[in-house]
Order: sequence, then structure tokens, then C-alpha cells
Amino acid sequence: MNSKTLFDKIWDSHVVRSIEDGPDVLYIDRHYIHEVTSPQAFNGLKERGIPVMRPGKTLATADHNIPTKDQHLAIRDQLSRNQVERLSENCQKYGIELFGLNHLKNGIVHVIGPELGYTLPGMTIVCGDSHTSTHGAFGTIAFGIGTSEVEMVLATQCILQQKPKKMRITLDGEVQNGITSKDIIMHIISEISASGATGYFVEYAGSAIRCLSMEARMTICNMSIEMGARGGLIAPDETTFSYLKRLSSIPGIKDLKSSINEWSNLKSDKDSVFDRDLIFDAGSIKPMITYGTNPGMGMAIDDSIPMTDKSGNEASSSFIKSLDYMGFKPGMKLLGHPVDYVFIGSCTNGRIEDFRAFAQIIKGRKKAANITALIVPGSKKVEQQMLAEGLMELYKDAGFEVRQPGCSSCLAMNEDKIPPGKYAVSTSNRNFEGRQGPGSRTLLASPLTAAAAAIIGMISDPREFITEVKK
Amino acid sequence: MPKVKFDILESTCVPLPFENVDTDQIIPARFLSATSRLGFGDNLFRDWRYTKTGEKNSEFILNNPDYSGQVLVAGKNFGSGSSREHAVWAIFDYGFRAVVSSFFADIFTNNALNNGLLPIVISDDLLKKLHNLVQKDPGTKVKIDLMNQTFTILMTGDSVKFGINPYKKECLLKGLDDIDFLLSMKSLITSYEKTKSL
Ligand code: SF4
Repeated sequence: MNSKTLFDKIWDSHVVRSIEDGPDVLYIDRHYIHEVTSPQAFNGLKERGIPVMRPGKTLATADHNIPTKDQHLAIRDQLSRNQVERLSENCQKYGIELFGLNHLKNGIVHVIGPELGYTLPGMTIVCGDSHTSTHGAFGTIAFGIGTSEVEMVLATQCILQQKPKKMRITLDGEVQNGITSKDIIMHIISEISASGATGYFVEYAGSAIRCLSMEARMTICNMSIEMGARGGLIAPDETTFSYLKRLSSIPGIKDLKSSINEWSNLKSDKDSVFDRDLIFDAGSIKPMITYGTNPGMGMAIDDSIPMTDKSGNEASSSFIKSLDYMGFKPGMKLLGHPVDYVFIGSCTNGRIEDFRAFAQIIKGRKKAANITALIVPGSKKVEQQMLAEGLMELYKDAGFEVRQPGCSSCLAMNEDKIPPGKYAVSTSNRNFEGRQGPGSRTLLASPLTAAAAAIIGMISDPREFITEVKK
Repeated sequence: MPKVKFDILESTCVPLPFENVDTDQIIPARFLSATSRLGFGDNLFRDWRYTKTGEKNSEFILNNPDYSGQVLVAGKNFGSGSSREHAVWAIFDYGFRAVVSSFFADIFTNNALNNGLLPIVISDDLLKKLHNLVQKDPGTKVKIDLMNQTFTILMTGDSVKFGINPYKKECLLKGLDDIDFLLSMKSLITSYEKTKSL
């Protein structure tokens, strides 16, 4: 018998045609779009005079450049407003469902897809955004694409794509208190570098992955792209199915029970072969923080910045340039280093679980005076749930103000920018130069580490605040 | 998507010898609000090209009058990060037609090929050699021959084969377009949909 990985099974069943010596024509089940990477694709359709082939399979949201304050007012920035308006026009013209600004279902594309039941096991999913990998948590092949490819999918519901290689990352062992899935994935990336998985699609497996909630799994899959992988996926299991059962509705699914039966077969065969197989011990992972300008430059929070880069290249100009940008030196410790901003949000850590985690530490405490906090729910639904669970009150009592949903300071297309030279402990996914605003200095971390920094005003070990909190 | 042809290119190079240059560096997010593909070249490498006060940073390579050309010689792992095709549009709009590195991020490679910008992978050693040559002599020319898939440093005669997907090669040589190709397969796609009863 020919054994197959989960990735192969989903991929192969979506191939409309294989081109000899070329890419596959891959059918796409779900296409998410947003305001920033879609306008040029729609322009392309207009120039060709062709329709969207399957408008019902595309879903739109406005998230990247919208303000997180006074969303009921017109967007002040003219270019941003124009982009959001173009999206509405295009969706209307082509019959695409839009959860735009102020819609009750609005939010970051990778947060709303799953929570509204549009992301389902076994699907192929694309979006003009690299963190589309998030949806892999449900056992899907989900990956980010460029605008030309967005146009391709709008026009034909298919994409031309070379099949990537397969990697399996197994995590066994028991995760310690105060360690979140953010720390797990940051640890993996720091081990294999920001480009270590380029060319691969990753399947995450092992007992430590099985123990994680869906939200936590989404955080892991989300950051697959930060080690260069096209995407990451996790075979669906009881955790996946009970998440889906809890949803109020799942569009297009009439009989959830029989669908779940089908989805239960979505796993890699026992003896299937991966191009690369890596194993990590989850029990040894500590809270993580980045010190440089790519997500591979991360370390345990109580470590010192290494003296050389991963290749042992002491004088590597890129390594030194990166530390210079951050205002750090090789060998330096970061614990106790002052912080100016804290950002909780993004498609990596903007889900309800993340805000609960943040609350665990700030509850009964007060925000440090030197900290400016940007607290941004990933979606309207998350916002409502925070309200319902009393988190808004709790945050307020601790001196925090909660913004309205959007990508916000994750990429700083709106006004939520970190000023030049300032340090931000951020729960987002990229610490690139200027990612959170020109000259901004980003330290990626988990919501718990961000909470500790927000209370102390310095980089602090979240484990000191936690007695028996479980991931 | 635009139809661009690529055949043979002979040009001087602009060196950018940094590793892990991500798409946020190539085109910062705050310049992504446009709704057309044009004009992004003005903001290519914006935060390296200009100082905080908005003046040209004379130390940055694009502001060095000694260097020009249609080939950008980058460092390892170029184009990582965001899927924004705007990064490729910016490089192309600025006037580059090929980028040379020892390693590219996946989405960047796809985006580049979809826009007629040729990503050429050469070995770490040859990349280093090329950087040294260009550093010493801005007049260093390279030749890219897509048909024969050869990359040549003209002064030294170093010549290597580079890889490219045969389908994409054909598209670039003939100026063909993926969407036309997929549209010609529409009946196949519809019958696929029927078998899946989607
Ligand atoms: S939150 Fe950040 S990473 Fe996620 S979709 Fe928005 S901009 Fe991209």
C-alpha cells in the first residue's frame, strides 16, 4: 500500500491537473481576501473583462489598515479609506460576502475564518497574506499568496503551485507552567532559523501538540511562515471537532456528525515518509523573547544574547547590524531591560485565550507608569467575549484601555505605530526593522511575557507571576 | 498580472550584501495603501534609502552614483516575511529585472516569477565572489541567459547554470500569462468540481 502524509492526501485530492515539469493546478476551497492585497487583483479582472468564477468561495474582511479607535467614524487617512472603499465596491460588484468595518463579524482575516466556521478540516485555503498558515491548525492546506495569485484564484478558483517538500516536527514531553504555544513555536524557530523550513510544508505532531487547544494550535501554525515554511498543519482530532461543535453555525455543512466522521480519516499514514523529521522536547522550553530583527533571533528569557549568529559567524555584518538596530550587544541579558510599549493582539495572539492569559497576570495589579499598552482584540467576536467574561473591566481596573479589532500595531499601517527607538514587547509575529513603525524595536513574546512587562515596565520572567497556571 | 518577456540580460549590478532582507524592508507597510501596481519603486528600501528626516541617506547603495544596473545582487534568504507582491512591484518599478542570491523565500520567488522579475539562485561562494568583485569594481557586468539558464560574470568568465521551473521559463520566454492558461482549462475545472460535488 502506498502510505501518504496528511499533506499529500489533501493536496492530491485537490489537483485538477498536473503539468508535466511544471506546477500543479490546485483547486481552492476557501479564499480569504482583505483590503491591502486585493485591489490590484480586481483591477486585473476588470481589464480582462471576466467575472469571479466562484464568488461564494471567497470571503472578505477589512483588517490591515483600519483604525482601532472610533471605527464608527470615517477613516481619516485618505489612502486607507480609499482602499477599504475599493474593497466594498469590488465585493459588491462581484457578489463576494464582506465582513467590513463595523460589521459584527469583522476582524483579522485569520481570526474570523476559524471562529465563523469557514475554515474546515481537509480544505485548501489561500489568502493574500503570509499568515494564512494559521488555518492549518484545523488540518487544512493553507498558505499565503501574492496578488497575482489572488487574481488567479478569483478568476479560476485554482492556483498554479509547485508541491512543496514535507517536514514533520514532533513535540513530545510536558509543557511547563507559564509556557504558552507562542513560546513553543518561537523556540522551534530559534532552533531552525528564520529560513530553516523554506521549501517545506510542516506537519506538527506529538503529545505536546495534542494537548493544545485550537487557539494554541493556531498560534503554532500561524508562525510556521516565520521559519520560511509555506505552511503548517495539524491533523484534526477530538479537540478540533469539539471546537467546531461549539460554533453556532458552520456555513455549508448540513450534517456535522457525518462530516466529522469523514474528517477523522485526515491523518498521516503510520509509515508515511517526510523529507525532514525533527523532534523537540516540549518539557525543556522556557518563556521566549527575541533580541534581533528576525523571528529566528530568539532565546529563553533568562539567557544572554549569543556572541555570534547561528552559523558561528562572529563578524557577520547582518548579525551586528541587527543588534545595532535593536540597541543591544552580544552577550547582553535582557531581563530587567526597560520597555516602552506592550502590544497584545494580531492573528498570532489576538484570540480570547490570549486575552485570558494576559488577564491572569494583570488581575489585581496595575500597569507600570512607563508603559503604553496597545490592547487590540483580533475580532468583534473576541471583543464581545472579552466583555461577556468581564475582561474589559479587569483590564480597565489595571489601567489598560482596550482598542477596537484590527491588525493594528502588528504591521502599523494605521496610526498604531511604535515611535522610533522605542522598545515594544509584542505578541505579534514579526520583529523586522520598522515593522511596528519606522525605527521601532520589537521584542516578540507570549501574552504572559507581555503582561509581565506591562506590570513591571521591564522585560520580566512571567513564571514569577504564575503559580499554577496551565498553558 | 502583467505579461513580461525575459530573454537575455547583460547589466552592471547593485550590491546589497545583507542576509534576511524581508519584504518590510523592501517596501514598508505604510506604503501599501495604493490600489494600483505602479509607483512603488519610489519607496523601494525606503527606510534605508532616506534618513529619519527624509533626506537621502548617502551611505545607502541606491544613493551611490557609482552603482546602477538592472541586477540586484542580494544576500542570503532574500524576500522573507510578508506575502506582499508590492515588494516585487517596487523592485521591478525601480528598474531591476533580476535578483541574485543564494537563497530566496518561497512566496517571493512565486511573486517575482509572476511579474517577470527573475530570481536567480547561485552558490554562497559564487555570491560572495560576486559581491567582492562588484564592491571593487562597480563596472562588473553579468549576463543572464534564460533560454540556456546560464548566469555569467563577464569579467571573470565564471558561468553557472541556474534552475527555473520549465513551465515558468516558457511563460517568461514567450510572455505568457498564468491566468490565460488557467482560463483555457475552465471545463476541466468545472468537471473537477462535479466529481467533488462541491
Ligand atoms: S495581524 Fe499582522 S500578521 Fe496577522 S494578518 Fe494582520 S498584519 Fe498580517
